[in-house]
Amino acid sequence: MSLASAALTVAAAAPHGFLSPTGVEITFLLVSVVTLAAALVTVTTRQLVHAALWLVATLGGLAVEYLLLTAEFIAWMQVLIYVGSVVVLLLFGLMLTKAPIGRSPDADSGNRWAALTVAVAAAAALVWVVVDAFRTTWIDLAGAPSGTTKITGASLFQYWVLPFEALSVLLLAALVGAIVLSRKAKGEATTTASTPAVPGTRSEKEGVR
Amino acid sequence: MHLVYPAVLSALLFCTGLYGVLARRNAVLVLMSVELMLNAVNLNLVAFDVWLSRTARETLHSGQALTLFTIAIAAAEIGIGLAIVLAVYRNRGTSDIDRLRDTAEGHETDALAAEKAEATA
Repeated sequence: MSLASAALTVAAAAPHGFLSPTGVEITFLLVSVVTLAAALVTVTTRQLVHAALWLVATLGGLAVEYLLLTAEFIAWMQVLIYVGSVVVLLLFGLMLTKAPIGRSPDADSGNRWAALTVAVAAAAALVWVVVDAFRTTWIDLAGAPSGTTKITGASLFQYWVLPFEALSVLLLAALVGAIVLSRKAKGEATTTASTPAVPGTRSEKEGVR
Repeated sequence: MHLVYPAVLSALLFCTGLYGVLARRNAVLVLMSVELMLNAVNLNLVAFDVWLSRTARETLHSGQALTLFTIAIAAAEIGIGLAIVLAVYRNRGTSDIDRLRDTAEGHETDALAAEKAEATA
């Protein structure tokens, strides 16, 4: 293949190579296989609750990938917010909409094959472009990690203070909006009126953190 | 590490999410697929931020800051989205996206007829 030969010629010039992957690369590949498989099961399984649980595996795998890329703070935020609260919210949503336990034959809609065609075409195009553009690019992971809490906090509060504060206003608006949307009108208020608001506010609190 | 590994993984995750958004019928499952797509973008942001902070000596760490913002916005989005899904479920008794076709073009005549009947009544 022309790609492999091009990589080999580059490998001769650079100290890196496809044929001598480092331990980090092997770990990254293994974890990415697990992550991708869990993502595929998430979008294809017919048991709705299992889809949410496979999503946990996908998001946890991505947290490990962040750790391998030396972005510690993002990794722990991923575990806290996504695995901790978003998945719980999704499970709440599944239960409050009375999703059937067990197999539901109509989990996929009729345009499944069209969706598969679009997704495969998009994947082929994206992978081709990305590989062609970055096949000679290497991340230098040696040295001090670039995503510790100290470095991320410093850059966040030195250069990104205004977006950060604007984001807190957005989260407040989302909180109020979720409460308003999930509240019943006054006449027909019952005990179920308050339950949808609880997961909504929880996620916002986690998001501010 | 080769930059292609995280970039390709992110592209494949994005397309998995794309398939889920297009093919799923339950609204909560569509929201899960949207989360997958957002996570693919996050992985791209983190990988390119690490690469740029080494090669270009970029000290803003824009990729990681934007990843944090994306995570927070995704949390807000999932809260609002689930509130909307619950409101729809309470009104219609279903969360199937295929059945929410009030604004679809094929049903225009029915809606118009119903409106006319309402207007005359």
